[in-house]
Amino acid sequence: MQIQIDPSSGAPIYLQIVNQVKYLVASARLAPGEEIPPIRTLAEQLVINPNTVARAYLELERAGVVIKRHGTGTFVADNPPSVSKAQRQKILGERADALLTEARQLGVEFEEVVELLHARNEKMNPANA
Amino acid sequence: MNFPSPSSAEAVVSVTSLSRRFGTKQALDDVTLHVPRGCVFGLVGENGAGKTTLIKHLLGLLKAETGRVQVFGHDPVADPVGVLSRVGYLSEYRDLPAWMRVDELLNYTRAFYPKWDTQYAEELREQFGLDPAQRVRSLSQGQQAKTGLLLALAFRPELLLLDEPSSGLDPVVRRDILEAIIRTVAEEGRTVFFSSHLLDEVERVSDQLAMIRNGRIVLHGRLDDIKQNHRQFVVRFEAVLAVAPRFETALSLRGTGREWTLLCKGERSHVLAEVQACGATVLSEQVPSLDEIFVAQAAQRQLKPAA
Repeated sequence: MQIQIDPSSGAPIYLQIVNQVKYLVASARLAPGEEIPPIRTLAEQLVINPNTVARAYLELERAGVVIKRHGTGTFVADNPPSVSKAQRQKILGERADALLTEARQLGVEFEEVVELLHARNEKMNPANA
Repeated sequence: MNFPSPSSAEAVVSVTSLSRRFGTKQALDDVTLHVPRGCVFGLVGENGAGKTTLIKHLLGLLKAETGRVQVFGHDPVADPVGVLSRVGYLSEYRDLPAWMRVDELLNYTRAFYPKWDTQYAEELREQFGLDPAQRVRSLSQGQQAKTGLLLALAFRPELLLLDEPSSGLDPVVRRDILEAIIRTVAEEGRTVFFSSHLLDEVERVSDQLAMIRNGRIVLHGRLDDIKQNHRQFVVRFEAVLAVAPRFETALSLRGTGREWTLLCKGERSHVLAEVQACGATVLSEQVPSLDEIFVAQAAQRQLKPAA
């Protein structure tokens, strides 16, 4: 499980972990039933307070993303909830804003951006095109 | 593993209305703070803000002029042995005897602590890559810091007290020190209190913090709460402003022309009302980093010198 923490970003560190684990699960980089590192291991790896990791795991457990099995460890839930539509739109919305801002600064027309998205999508998924 | 929630745990360190004067300088001014068991407590402030003076009170090296200091429920001046036998301390200057060899220094220090864990000390020595035969005077800055940390950790103190532990050290040694802090607090019931002016490391490892400025505590609480109580707004005015606008609700303000960044504390609706009343619109809103909050607090002194 690869997580990157940016302490200088405004988002609380526990929330950065929660969001990244959710993302890893949603994108199938963490499979259902897979074990995630013990609190202490992740805290030492990321050089952050173990209480912060504990809080993130608690949130993930409450959200049904992971399951804690006493004595064994913490595992990705068998049926993790999918990211809600509102959340998906929020995450992608921010990316879209950044893309549109950059396009405007470079003097690229909106239609050209849309064309580019189509082209990239075809390249990524040739079968769906 | 069980990590106690800091708010519900009892206080390991309690400082109540502590004031201290050196000549005409008010070094500490009505300081009150509580450090719950099991937390990592970060004390941040500029040089000369009073961090070391406060730590000296916790160690019983200074006696409270007014106010009260309690560590594990005891007065560190009245009961130094009872308190210091449970506190591992690393000073900013890491004053180690230069003429001793590392192994001699370990043996010497061990004699003071009945609870010294020889095996653990050896583990740390190997992990820190310290040569037992080397003299302290020939150790690098980083090796001296690690040696000091080893001495502070090897009797498994209930409270680890670090004064500017990473000051003047390279990133690799800083990481070793932060990892030691994390391992310490991961052992149940242990508490870490450390002072620092490196806010990104405080933000990483601490769960509670106090910010001290000119001897006064200006912020104290859970790190997450402190961050959530502050907001950074970018606002835009219709016209170019020749002079900086005034915002009562802002701790700090910077910018030029039409766009300005405000750092605000407290009620969001008050800020938004004031922004609207000035005829400006909010372009973005985000939670600031600790660094930005700290800079805004420091800038306040220049805005309101009388406060």
